[in-house]
Amino acid sequence: MAPAAGVRRRVRRMLPRPALAAAATAAVGVALLPLVYLSVRVGDAGWPRISSEVFTSRTGQLTARSVALAGLVTAASTVFGVTSAFLVTRTDLPARRLFGVLAALPLAVPSYVAAFAWVSTVDGFEGFWAAALVLTLVSYPYVFLPVAAALTRADPAQEEVARSLGSGPWHTFSAVTLRQVRPAMGAGALLVALYVLSDFGAVSVLRTDVFTRAVFTSVSLGFDRTGALVLATVLVVITLLIVSGEQLTRRRAAHYARLGGAGRPPTRLRLGRLRWLAASGLAGMGALALGLPAASLARWFGEGVSRPGSLTGLATAAGNSFTLSAAGAGLTILLALPLGLLGARTPGPVAVVLDRLAYLSHALPGLVIGLSLVFFGINVAYPLYQSVWLLALAYAALFLPLAVAAVGAAVLQAPPALEEVARSLGRRRFHVLRTVTVPLAAPGIGAGAVLVFLTCMKELPATLLLRPTGMDTLATELWSQTSVSAYAAAAPYAALLVLLAAAPTWWLSARTGVLAGGGS
Amino acid sequence: MAELRVTAVHKSFGPVRALRGADLTVRSGTLMAVLGPSGSGKTTLLRCIAGFEPVDAGEIRLDGQQIAASGRTVRPERRRIAVVPQEGALFPHLPVRGNVAYGLDRHSRRTGRVESVLALVGLAGFEDRMPHHLSGGQQQRVAVARALAPHPRVVLLDEPFSALDAALRTAVRQDVRRALRADGATAVLVTHDQAEALSVADEVAVMHDGRIVQSGPPDLVYSAPADPWVAGFVGEAVWLPAEMTGDRAHTPLGPVPVVATGDRPPAMAGQVLLRPEQIEVVVPVARAAVTATVVGHDFQGHDALLALRLADGTPVVARIFDPASLPHVMGGEVGLRVRGAARAFPAPPQTPQ
Repeated sequence: MAPAAGVRRRVRRMLPRPALAAAATAAVGVALLPLVYLSVRVGDAGWPRISSEVFTSRTGQLTARSVALAGLVTAASTVFGVTSAFLVTRTDLPARRLFGVLAALPLAVPSYVAAFAWVSTVDGFEGFWAAALVLTLVSYPYVFLPVAAALTRADPAQEEVARSLGSGPWHTFSAVTLRQVRPAMGAGALLVALYVLSDFGAVSVLRTDVFTRAVFTSVSLGFDRTGALVLATVLVVITLLIVSGEQLTRRRAAHYARLGGAGRPPTRLRLGRLRWLAASGLAGMGALALGLPAASLARWFGEGVSRPGSLTGLATAAGNSFTLSAAGAGLTILLALPLGLLGARTPGPVAVVLDRLAYLSHALPGLVIGLSLVFFGINVAYPLYQSVWLLALAYAALFLPLAVAAVGAAVLQAPPALEEVARSLGRRRFHVLRTVTVPLAAPGIGAGAVLVFLTCMKELPATLLLRPTGMDTLATELWSQTSVSAYAAAAPYAALLVLLAAAPTWWLSARTGVLAGGGS
Repeated sequence: MAELRVTAVHKSFGPVRALRGADLTVRSGTLMAVLGPSGSGKTTLLRCIAGFEPVDAGEIRLDGQQIAASGRTVRPERRRIAVVPQEGALFPHLPVRGNVAYGLDRHSRRTGRVESVLALVGLAGFEDRMPHHLSGGQQQRVAVARALAPHPRVVLLDEPFSALDAALRTAVRQDVRRALRADGATAVLVTHDQAEALSVADEVAVMHDGRIVQSGPPDLVYSAPADPWVAGFVGEAVWLPAEMTGDRAHTPLGPVPVVATGDRPPAMAGQVLLRPEQIEVVVPVARAAVTATVVGHDFQGHDALLALRLADGTPVVARIFDPASLPHVMGGEVGLRVRGAARAFPAPPQTPQ
């Protein structure tokens, strides 16, 4: 056989569908544009300029405060998240289902809405500890949901074996159960850490000087481009260090397979007298995370909507949010289609690398993405600047992995065997795509689009930086009213945002099986 | 209506060599069963014929026209070779009519082809059902009707009955065979179930380690296996050490007429093969030349297998067709007699996988 044929075959094995791979690469290129442009600009600034910005006591303070905040919130969220997940799924806690929903719902409260609720209720509520409390309350579901799902799915046979070999209930919990959920716990903790580092809404409302707020201030006040870009780069570096650190510590053995068998519900631990103590603890968490924001919204809402012109303002902002988010979701799904198809159909090294690269932008703070695209718009793509599409690009860079996951899962609804049968019946690949793959995958892709759409609605920092002038959205209106302490005016926006954000939270909880499985 | 000829096809997945020179000829209008244990490469062979996998070496011809060779792969949609996958793989979003009509052009949809192939598989009147409202057996019948509808040159069936329960499997298998025959289709059925292959096919090709080791009519493959491995794979085998004299073998069961395998001369020391149904249990014991002790009993309903040990310790298995009438207490003595001829093999038998 000729060597050329061998090479061609090897290439085909690595890249079985070149057109699809090319489209996927292009999509990842678009998603990475902000990051690439950021590094190009920072590189242009030159080392002396960079070092004069980086090695200052202020940068040191910002780093210390940002990392401390992220560490504190991650630790607290992990403790609360794992404890409540265990109580809800593995004990005889009263009203388990209700507590399961209560522990998932704070995801529906954007951090700046929670911050608004606290600051408008408690006088002088600001600073590091205030931000730590608010961020913990809104982000512990990131640990609760995966851990609860893992506990629901974990094979009870392993625990039963441990018990039958003579381990007591607590020893079994620490030696078997906790190890089963360790991967879920690690993934959740990583999400929390990234969420806190990239949060802009809560820290700006609560006036806590961390990287995101400092970058925004230097852009909006002094328009100190290089300074802002350098600070943003330090934030990017910290983010990447955390992500790669988590990857390094993740052990291979951490993936626990379920060895067949029926999905039996696990035996529940009897709490005895601790039962009501545990219940009141969870109820207290729920009151702080959900009750207080609800009370605050209720208090200001009536006053807010009775102000003249408030409904018109609300409708305009909602319309703007809708337009921008629709553009963002549309572009994101368009870019996600080749990536999701490639990952589901031809898994291999190329698909894995592209998938990881797509996550890179997702891990970055929205503020950094927004900032990079502002300068990109001004300097490179001026026709796009101040247009809906530059913001849509930011949304796509931020939320591409959400859409890719949805598309990938949806495409798996149309297994390759169906496409092969269709082709063996004499239909061309494109005809098969149109008549078999797309009709089967459409509902899942649609759900992904809705998820991205609602996530765009909640996005604050990139929207603040990139929205066309005068195009205020629900999120930006809430933020600017809160910044000037106009709490009554802010309340209606906050209420509408919570309603919009609750939908994907519900969907996510239903999908992880926490709501369905919690009661059984 | 077509002759399918596979010649010396090789196919590897990385270090795994799935096909190592597979040869197969399927005559027009016949049903060929490719029989092999899991991992023998039979599904890979099917996928190469369908065009889902390119071949590394060798070639596949359909009616003399080359459809696959190294570096040349005619696309699946151009081959007119329809497949029926393991689980049926009906399009879940289309009703039965849409599934069956999928491969038909607009003209043939109006000629009543859908209705006639559905009638062929015994599902007339099911046109408007959705796949999830059908039982497993009905889904398989629809999958076969869908494959037959566009008059393909060959129909490939990949273990199509393995997901069905035992009682249903026989019925669906017979109906599918009838439908294939009524439509005059050329078909290749892949299976690991030797009873299925022997009962349903016109010809059987036994596959082992990426090669076809024997092919021929089912009765021939069963009674004249090409090697000890095939003998053990297509049915229960009794192996006896033997000394040959002319056309007789001297075995622990006494002298037995012997037939050579292939062109090997029978006059050499080796092993002979008997099938359990060739060993007759005789009562009373006194009338038999050889006696044996009952050591085990495997009741199978219509018949039973008796595990026996001869006086010199040689294990033997006998099939008895009237289990109730014979005494077979564990440890009891029975007399044995051999019916028909044994087949001689030079090498000691391998254990089948």
